[in-house]
Amino acid sequence: MSLPDARVPIERLVVVPRRQYGLWIGTAAALLVLFLIFKTLATSPAFGWSIAGGYLFHPAILRGLGQTLILTVTIMIMSILIGAVIAIMRLSPSRILNSFASAYIWFFRGAPALIQLIFWFNLSLVVREFSITLPFIGTIFSVKTNDFMTPFVSAVIALSLHEAGYMAEIIRAGIKSVPSGQTEAAGSLGMNHRMILWRITMPQAMRFIVPPTGNETISLLKMTSLVTFIAVDDLLYAAQSIYARTFETIPLLIVVAFWYLSVVTILSVAQYFIEKYYGRSDVHQTRPPNWFLTRAFGWRREVPGS
Amino acid sequence: MTTKTENQTLFGVPENSMVFSRKLRKSFGSNEVLRGIDLNVPAGTVACIIGPSGSGKSTFLRCINHLEEVNGGVLLVDGEFIGYDYRDGKLYTVKDSLLCRRRAEIGMVFQSFNLFSHMTALENLIEAPMMVKGIPRKEARETAFALLERVGLAEKAQSYPRQLSGGQQQRVAIARALAMKPKVLLFDEPTSALDPELVGEVLVVMRNLAQSGMTMVVVTHEIGFAREAGDQLIFMDQGVVAEYGDPRDMIANPQSPRTRDFLSRVL
Repeated sequence: MSLPDARVPIERLVVVPRRQYGLWIGTAAALLVLFLIFKTLATSPAFGWSIAGGYLFHPAILRGLGQTLILTVTIMIMSILIGAVIAIMRLSPSRILNSFASAYIWFFRGAPALIQLIFWFNLSLVVREFSITLPFIGTIFSVKTNDFMTPFVSAVIALSLHEAGYMAEIIRAGIKSVPSGQTEAAGSLGMNHRMILWRITMPQAMRFIVPPTGNETISLLKMTSLVTFIAVDDLLYAAQSIYARTFETIPLLIVVAFWYLSVVTILSVAQYFIEKYYGRSDVHQTRPPNWFLTRAFGWRREVPGS
Repeated sequence: MTTKTENQTLFGVPENSMVFSRKLRKSFGSNEVLRGIDLNVPAGTVACIIGPSGSGKSTFLRCINHLEEVNGGVLLVDGEFIGYDYRDGKLYTVKDSLLCRRRAEIGMVFQSFNLFSHMTALENLIEAPMMVKGIPRKEARETAFALLERVGLAEKAQSYPRQLSGGQQQRVAIARALAMKPKVLLFDEPTSALDPELVGEVLVVMRNLAQSGMTMVVVTHEIGFAREAGDQLIFMDQGVVAEYGDPRDMIANPQSPRTRDFLSRVL
């Protein structure tokens, strides 16, 4: 094919990205706001940074932090276990099991966590004692509700049941996201229901379960501060006990926020690695470096050989 | 539970039959998809099932390894029911463990490959032999490498399904089915989801398998494969076997007008 000669050296044409002035203005505004915030933080005496620093490793604060972490881990494990059972019931062909699971999710996810917490703490108003009585033998086991329903136990029960409502939906969605062909292929190889669930369905469902579970863990970590209402000595409760005496409210809230943020940061990093593990069979497409600079300012690093 | 020989006399199964079906019926709700399928695939032969879409050929294949439950008639693989036991004139649904044991002897290759996407090719091949048959990992790996070699993909053992082309995925899927050392291999339109240039590599593997004496039931649109590798061609239409016979004779000289009409449109 022969074409007429071109007047422009086509092979040396340069592509210039469009300048996005909106991005420039937005960036400038954001920098201004950041400056104002940092100025206030640094200069206002109300924040009392040195006081906050002094309380950071206070024994009461560290004990509270420990209690918060124990609560979070215990509740998360319980809610994953209960949630898995509810999710499997929700996927069962039995109408009764299915309705039971739906009702559970409706109630425990729907009722506010704080109300459930106070209810379980006051369970003795409804049920005075738990006992097992057998005919001819008599009562073989009896315990007063008030004796075992400590603030810690009621916190674990209330928040586990609440959180399990969310976990059930997350796990159900994860299981449903695995194509039915995977189950059929495994079945045609002679694998039974249990093997298919644990070896084929669950590992693939994990890619859809891990990210929202990470979110739930972070949200739960902060939700445990509700237990302050029923006098569990968690992180916030410890701080409150101190500033009730010393009136150093803001510095102690800074201490509390610092510890929550630290734990959230660690959790986010852990989540990143878990996601990477379960996504290892994906071929990843990552955004090139300097993407933002290229888009905003048309700035581009020369890539050799392209 | 009846023995293989008892079943053969009870249901009139010919000697040396691998897949045998008589008056097999299957409905989805009020829609009757299979309306009395009679056919016999002798051991060591290749049967190709063709027919227009909606004729019930895939459903029939899925009935063979009990991915679908049947509504009537009998279906025996190597003289045994798959999902049922015959007692006192009734077919009782078997318990899960027995169904799994019988299914393990029937290999299946799907249109959409259905490789386990979270496992490498090698892991796909060793999973069922280890879990279902309890074969030690080392032995399973050796078999798996030999099978990957056989389908020409030894160097892809550590690749995940997403990193393989459609043709490569289907060849791994065939190897995965073979890893269970099945008595019979079922193919559900194995090349229909492939780009035209990838169909050939899968057909080569299937042709080699046929030559090695594997019993195969193949639902396909590849008339060329049926003519060259098939021992028997079965034309299904509207839930019944409309015509069956030697592939070369049938393609050259179809007896039923429906077969003639179908072949004229696909050839």
